[in-house]
Amino acid sequence: MTTIKELGTYAQNTWCPGCGNFGILASIKKALADLEDDGLDLNKVAIVSGIGCHAKIVDYVNVNTFYSIHGRVPPPMTGIKLANPELTVIGHAGDGDAYGEGIEHLIFSAKRNLDMTFIVHNNRVYGLTTGQFTPTSPSGFKGRSTPKGSPEEPLNPIELMLTSGATFVARGYTRNMEHLQFLIKAAINHKGFSFIDVLQPCFTFFNTYDYYNERVYEFIQLNHDVSDRKAAFVKAGEWAYGEGEKIPIGIFYQVKKPTYEEKLLGGRIPVQLTPGNIRPVLEKHI
Amino acid sequence: MENHKHRLNPGGIILYDSKKANAEGLGFDFMEIVKKFEGKPIMRNTAAIGALTGVLNIEWSVLEKVIMDAVEKDVDLNLKIAQHAYNRVENPSKSVPKLDQKPLPLVSGNEAIALGAVKAGLNMYIAYPMTPASAILHYLAAHENELGVVTVHPESEIGVALMALGAAYAGARTMVGTSGGGFALMTEALSLAGQGELPMVIVEAQRPGPSTGVPTYTMQGDLAFVVHAGHGEILRVVLAPGDADEAFYTAGMAMNLAWKFQIPTLVLTDKHLSESIFSFEADLDKVKPEQPFLWNNQGEYKRYIDTQNGISPLAFPGNSSAIIKATSYEHDEYGIATEEPEMIEQMQRKRLRKRKALEDELEKYETVKVYGNPDSKTALLCWGSTKGACIEVAEALDLKVVQPLILEPLPVEALKNALSGVDKIIDVEVNVTGQLAKLISGHGFCIDDMILRFDARPFTVDILLDNVKEVLS
Repeated sequence: MTTIKELGTYAQNTWCPGCGNFGILASIKKALADLEDDGLDLNKVAIVSGIGCHAKIVDYVNVNTFYSIHGRVPPPMTGIKLANPELTVIGHAGDGDAYGEGIEHLIFSAKRNLDMTFIVHNNRVYGLTTGQFTPTSPSGFKGRSTPKGSPEEPLNPIELMLTSGATFVARGYTRNMEHLQFLIKAAINHKGFSFIDVLQPCFTFFNTYDYYNERVYEFIQLNHDVSDRKAAFVKAGEWAYGEGEKIPIGIFYQVKKPTYEEKLLGGRIPVQLTPGNIRPVLEKHI
Repeated sequence: MENHKHRLNPGGIILYDSKKANAEGLGFDFMEIVKKFEGKPIMRNTAAIGALTGVLNIEWSVLEKVIMDAVEKDVDLNLKIAQHAYNRVENPSKSVPKLDQKPLPLVSGNEAIALGAVKAGLNMYIAYPMTPASAILHYLAAHENELGVVTVHPESEIGVALMALGAAYAGARTMVGTSGGGFALMTEALSLAGQGELPMVIVEAQRPGPSTGVPTYTMQGDLAFVVHAGHGEILRVVLAPGDADEAFYTAGMAMNLAWKFQIPTLVLTDKHLSESIFSFEADLDKVKPEQPFLWNNQGEYKRYIDTQNGISPLAFPGNSSAIIKATSYEHDEYGIATEEPEMIEQMQRKRLRKRKALEDELEKYETVKVYGNPDSKTALLCWGSTKGACIEVAEALDLKVVQPLILEPLPVEALKNALSGVDKIIDVEVNVTGQLAKLISGHGFCIDDMILRFDARPFTVDILLDNVKEVLS
């Protein structure tokens, strides 16, 4: 039994007061502690993060971690999972990471359906570099690189993941902590690529608390068929990361499909493989 | 015909398709032979091989076996066409003497690299297709089960390199392969391997650049790039094999050194070496998986604990007595990010301190090779695939050949020994600027002459012989 306190480290937390990241940190710790109670071996957990405010989370959680570089969260996750499929691999990425610098890795992770969980800390602003627009900032966003307003329309990552083949697509909000913990646990328990876009206000550069508090609603109880892809797209279209009346949070889509590692490895565990004998192979060259 | 006629040696024979070309020599209407057996036009190749085998006076049974082994469709038809063309040769004018030895395996440079890595414990090979490295991926993918290797073809070279680091973090001995353009995309991962002390083996198979350049030809233009690539100061090893046997040994070395020192290591090959076929004579038992420094599971684990030689013990996720924190940030011993000046300095020193232990380890290996007349006052200095032509020219002119097998860290002492007594060093490279010459001149070596070829072709013996004679006269 690991306590929430034991899941922390001695690292000094440097997020701004009021940062939405605190909600995600508390949720992942609680989710891990709960899952340990259900039998998850925390020594077999590996968390990967990118670069940005979100990424500091690996310094604050006392499990195996890989602090990667900007945009490159899915590739080390994939390498870890393929090398040792017995590990539970969780990724934390920012919206700049996931939808900007490293979008191709995210699309391919969903396309492949590796059994991993990918959590995006989506504050819709670059916080660590002090306030520029990101792929999910609303059109017209006035940041330090776009003082006249962003000329781009925001990307809808829920639709992107549905299109790319993710088998678990969800959205959470850092203020709805119990709901977020539920989503994270469901994502980790899902066998396949699980994606959660977490609305995470940046208190300093893009304070969206009031905006979200007025609009966010949980649809888990509202008779949504998670295996219906069409219904998932309809739900995802309710809010396009710009203006909007209502912002649904919950599991948009969840289906079971064979995982990439099952298909690629066929039961092999690379870290346990012993090199084959090259002599018989060389004989064929004669 | 016009392009190659001038290369014909005295007494040489031109074997040609009399319907397609005109030449002095032996002409055959290959299409007519094919039609006789109702074959397809592509089978003119089979007819040509049949005629060539006849001209060279090689026993029919040899070609018969080759066709049966290599051809998958219409084997009987191909055999008939080949045999007909073979029998049409009336006076075999050339004779290839049969060697009195056991046949050796024929192995390409790429295949030798794959086999050397496997022998050193390769678990995973991850690569995005790029000429001339792709054949490593193809070969390992085709022999996955026999060789006990998992191959992965991801979305890009960036994905490749970062996946390899994730796999190494999890404990899998991993290699990646690419050419210059792909390696350019991998350089951010190279720096992460440096900071995170993650073992990484990269095969860089050179082709002519800059950029797309001449993608299916050869060049040695990336030496300076691989020696210096990556931001920040990184300890690395760069190995440059010159033939298939060396490709086998250096791939094994690269794997073992990467894991022993937790650093990136590079095998620098080129199209000429990667795709040429060699008689393979390497001593297979010389390469084996060597154990890295592993955590003894005692006390608190610190991924980056500072040690006398800079090497910290390795542990992998799943270990119940260790929490393993790898990071791209500057960090403390546990792996938590730091901005403290003392810690930053300590960790910069720790990582680069490994160089001393690495150099000691390299003394176990032959780092500089010498061929030809060891007492000659004139030496041809070369690296990589240029070695073959240099040795033949040196033997013809009674010169010495010096070939460093390791280009980083440069084996300065071994190079000094190899060049002692030499008063004329002729540098031979397949690039425009003489990159090896530049690299070693920083260590006090004085190059007298350079013979450089950069038309995307490798040196042939005849051309290099003329070049060297010209320099010597």
